[in-house]
Amino acid sequence: MVNFAGISFKNPVTLASGTCGFGRELSEYSDLSELGGICTKGLTLHPRAGNPAPRSAETPAGMLNSVGLQNPGIDEFIKTELPFMRTLGTRIIANFSAASVEEFALCAAKLADSGVDMLEVNVSCPNVKAEGLAFGTSPDAVAAVTSAVKSAAGNVPVMVKLSPNVTDITAIAKAAEQSGADALSLINTLLGMRFDLRSGKPILANGTGGLSGAAIFPVALRMVYQTVNAVRIPILGLGGINSADDAREMLIAGASLIGVGTALFRDPDIAGKIAREMKDSRE
Amino acid sequence: MNTLYRVTGSAKISDNIFSLVFDAPAIAKRAVPGQFVHIDCGLPLRRPISICDIEGSFVKIVFEVKGVGTTRLAERKHGDLIDVLGPLGNGFPEVSGRVLLAGGGIGSAPLLYAAVRSGKNCGAVLGFAGASKAILTEEFAAVCGSVQIATADGSLGHKGFVTDLITSDGDYSAIFACGPRPMLKAAVDRANELNIPVYVSMEERMACGIGTCLVCACAAENGGYKRVCCDGPVFTGGEIKW
Repeated sequence: MVNFAGISFKNPVTLASGTCGFGRELSEYSDLSELGGICTKGLTLHPRAGNPAPRSAETPAGMLNSVGLQNPGIDEFIKTELPFMRTLGTRIIANFSAASVEEFALCAAKLADSGVDMLEVNVSCPNVKAEGLAFGTSPDAVAAVTSAVKSAAGNVPVMVKLSPNVTDITAIAKAAEQSGADALSLINTLLGMRFDLRSGKPILANGTGGLSGAAIFPVALRMVYQTVNAVRIPILGLGGINSADDAREMLIAGASLIGVGTALFRDPDIAGKIAREMKDSRE
Repeated sequence: MNTLYRVTGSAKISDNIFSLVFDAPAIAKRAVPGQFVHIDCGLPLRRPISICDIEGSFVKIVFEVKGVGTTRLAERKHGDLIDVLGPLGNGFPEVSGRVLLAGGGIGSAPLLYAAVRSGKNCGAVLGFAGASKAILTEEFAAVCGSVQIATADGSLGHKGFVTDLITSDGDYSAIFACGPRPMLKAAVDRANELNIPVYVSMEERMACGIGTCLVCACAAENGGYKRVCCDGPVFTGGEIKW
């Protein structure tokens, strides 16, 4: 058991937002009740169609994506996806983003009322214009969003997901903490690009995308380590975790929970394997 | 579930095109024509490859070497183990009446298993850049009622587009098409002219292959995006926003 921001998790292994949808498809390949929790696909107030394809490109030891927050909207999530997620036997962390401070608060109120276990405030999506990352790179904006979400969230703990695309992540982390955040998750993807040699054009239709996978693991470790030493609130560490040893390394860096993401695309049961291996080594 | 399977055969069948056969009873038993398998090539992302044929417990794939993943796959030899997830996606439907299979280049491969299922009750029109790029023509000839070839340079069969060969001759009740997007669009247009249903197998860069990651997006006619991996890869022609 891990107590994280007042919520008990059966183990430290969670699934990262955007890599597991709402658990529905993955549950056919992996027993998700073995995990500590699931972070939902990034939600928004209204449904979003997402970006045109291609939305992904493989990279050395990772991948770029620019899905663009395709999601059914918060109301539809609460109506059709959340009831299913409740049957999975694991903690549900609702990831969401918005285009204004007021909209962040409205989303937080709806999700907090829905009965999810925790909110994950996405101020760090690199793939949508005028929101997400725009908030996540400014301490003042993160403070304003965090305060508004906290006021709207009632008793539901609020975790703020931080972007690595900043000069000093500890400044953002402190701003979130001082504004009432109960926890932090880091890191989101690193902004990147690839070009097609034949056409000379970017591979991603959106031009740029978020880099994830093993390539960003050392960056994630460094940022978690720096942030742990700058704040008192607990941290969910993620970014390029591929194995139980990677997870242990992230815990050594100071994280209390760990997230598994891109590794799921190669092995849909990898998070379950990591949880089982960590459990076996503790016994 | 992803499982390790033994490679039982591999061959280079054309310039840049390879075949691989592996013994996978669990996949062979369930697979329908048009489905794909998702293969671990030792890289961050698996590679989605359509099933070309099934014989007993053996699954055959035919693929074009395009990058590092397919290069590694082409190096697999008899006796090697490969990590395969599948069968995945929705395949071609079972239809009553005669089916016309329209394949463009490497897109011909997934249609072979459809031909095997339909037998003499189907015809195939296959298009290639030139005679040296033609693949699987003998295999199609062995099972289909008729096979016609088109090549862009005229070095084999009809000189021109494969979709030129989609005509009212043959009394077909449906078209199954797989190939480059412009060819699929032309096949859908021809099917609409002939007033028969058309099913197209789409391709897009994938990650998870099971519907969670949303990267293999395909614009849908009625708005939004479909997931090629699990809403497809086979769609009706009308579902796609061309």
